[in-house]
Amino acid sequence: MAAETADWLGVPLAIIGGTLRGSAPFLFVSLGECLTEKSGKINLGLEGTLLTGAMSAYAVSYLTGSPWLGVLAAGVAGLCLGAIHAWLSQRSGVSDVAVGIAMIVFGSGIAFFFGKAFIQPQAPQLPIFEFGAWSNYPPLQSALQVSPLLLIGIAIAPIMQWFFKSTRWGLYVRAVGDSPSAARAMGISVFWVRFLAITIGSFLSAIGGACLSLYYPGIWSENISSGQGLMAVALVIFARWQPMQCLWAALLFGGAQAIGPALQSVGVTSFRYLFNASPYIFTLIIMIITCSPKRTLAGSPGALGTNE
Amino acid sequence: MMNVLSSWRSLSEKIIIPIAALILSLVVFGIFCALNGTNPFAVYGVIYQSAFGSAFSWQGTLVRAAPLMLTALCTALPARLGLVVIGNEGALVMGGIGAIAAGLAFSSLPPLVVQIAMAIAAIILGGIWIMGVGALKYYRGVNETISSLLMNYIAIAILNTLVEGPMRDPSSLNKPSTYPLLEVNWLQSIPGSRVHFGLIYGLIACVIAYFLIQRTTFGFGVRTAGGNIRAAKIAGLPVGKLTLAVCFLAGSCAGLAGMVEVAAIHHRANASLNTGYGYSGILVAFVARNNPLASVLVAILLGGLLASGSGLQRSLGLNDASVLVFQGIVFLVILFSESIYGKLDFFKDRQVPPKITPSTQPIA
Repeated sequence: MAAETADWLGVPLAIIGGTLRGSAPFLFVSLGECLTEKSGKINLGLEGTLLTGAMSAYAVSYLTGSPWLGVLAAGVAGLCLGAIHAWLSQRSGVSDVAVGIAMIVFGSGIAFFFGKAFIQPQAPQLPIFEFGAWSNYPPLQSALQVSPLLLIGIAIAPIMQWFFKSTRWGLYVRAVGDSPSAARAMGISVFWVRFLAITIGSFLSAIGGACLSLYYPGIWSENISSGQGLMAVALVIFARWQPMQCLWAALLFGGAQAIGPALQSVGVTSFRYLFNASPYIFTLIIMIITCSPKRTLAGSPGALGTNE
Repeated sequence: MMNVLSSWRSLSEKIIIPIAALILSLVVFGIFCALNGTNPFAVYGVIYQSAFGSAFSWQGTLVRAAPLMLTALCTALPARLGLVVIGNEGALVMGGIGAIAAGLAFSSLPPLVVQIAMAIAAIILGGIWIMGVGALKYYRGVNETISSLLMNYIAIAILNTLVEGPMRDPSSLNKPSTYPLLEVNWLQSIPGSRVHFGLIYGLIACVIAYFLIQRTTFGFGVRTAGGNIRAAKIAGLPVGKLTLAVCFLAGSCAGLAGMVEVAAIHHRANASLNTGYGYSGILVAFVARNNPLASVLVAILLGGLLASGSGLQRSLGLNDASVLVFQGIVFLVILFSESIYGKLDFFKDRQVPPKITPSTQPIA
């Protein structure tokens, strides 16, 4: 690289590029979790869904040569795992948090089991938009490579916001999440609304997995996810259950995740594990600041965590 | 007579349902293997052989069961307070860090002193780690499941940072590690076997935990607060102190598991400290329904399953993730079985309704 003179620009550009690349999975997973939690259930197992999504997207893309079929396969895998969670977590006496933990184990088991064969080969990747093509400064060019999946995710956020606010079905989801008994009195099937919300949420987060394996970092390995599925839960709390806020939060988290690699690229390698763990530390700090023992959070669906 | 019978029925429910769930998950896993072209009965055979088939495999099973007993307590104890803590892996890692630091710092002292110092350091570090989770829950209302999960990742990052930086042994090139423990300071094996004393630690910890929860005033307070936190507060129980104490004990058990792994297996701290004993410990606690004595049994079963992983790979060509799939299936089936308690007619108390004799007296 002949950009020694502009090294001071390299770090912020690397962070911006890393944000654009790294926030896509956060965005999809947090939108999925947002939809799920609006219906009054938590899905902690999105980490397993994310891994299964990443694996199936990569495998199908490799086998068929079409990355978009891979994205579709990831979605289908997400639907299946979501259906298990949706059914099991609604049985009486079963905690949704516990099912989530089980789904992390099961989902990652499935992903690793079937993914063993796909660690070596290189699968076709999704196309990217080169928004930096006008510049001849390589760091800027690489920073502005944007995946169509990220754009789709950015489009879904306002649509979901509108869905919750202005549509009949959005009202159903909110009613079920806030007060299942009232929803039942309205004649809404709580089971099916939650079932749909959880499976579609799981579908979205599996697409988030496809972002990991077909866009950035664009490989399949067993430690491809750095806990995006787990952080989604905290991210949704941070976003106060608002899809548009999920978008900003996802960008923020993607940025936090990009700090470590950006510093590494200019040779700052000490404490790199701590920098890589910064999203977790960040999440924990946010939760410590925003939570309170005396009241539930503003915007929190009423039935969340009540096992109602 | 009636009481004996009904308590027998509820006890048999508690025993039969988990066993039925384990059998069902074996069947589901068998179907999974069959769909992938492996004979399920061969799979069962290999699991049995490499877990419990010989004295040698029993010892391998028990070596794996020891840390599982300890990490299971990290979930089982707070569960009695109504908390779902899954920070087992993080507490184990922190315990391992504490143990290696103490073991290296005091290496010139007599081995017994070093052992005790390592155990204490691991207990304190692991305990404080989970106590932090409890404090965040009680004082800040932070969801304990999520915070403990995040703290797992933070603990692993701390381990990696220490192992690559301040505590690194320069001669460990491929896999950064700390300096090794002196051989006299290793946790010895129980005479006549290759099972280390960690198994005894695990057994003792589980028995103590059982008596603490079931037979002491402290345990009664914990169970009351777990049942109804408001009632416990009104009754004047110090819920905050109980939360902190239980979380400390829970973390200290997982920390001790870290010490056992460092002092008996790895003899140094490196990335192989986090190999999933923490997450498997959660499963043990769930299957055992948070009963410390039952978790001894479940830990041995699961230890056997973990021990069979390499056997499955060698003789049947199933990859090592199959054990993870099996764990996931067991987990899901066990959770499904939770919804069956109290539903099956067979286990219901047959309380014969008092016979209403038609009154013969004429109504006045």
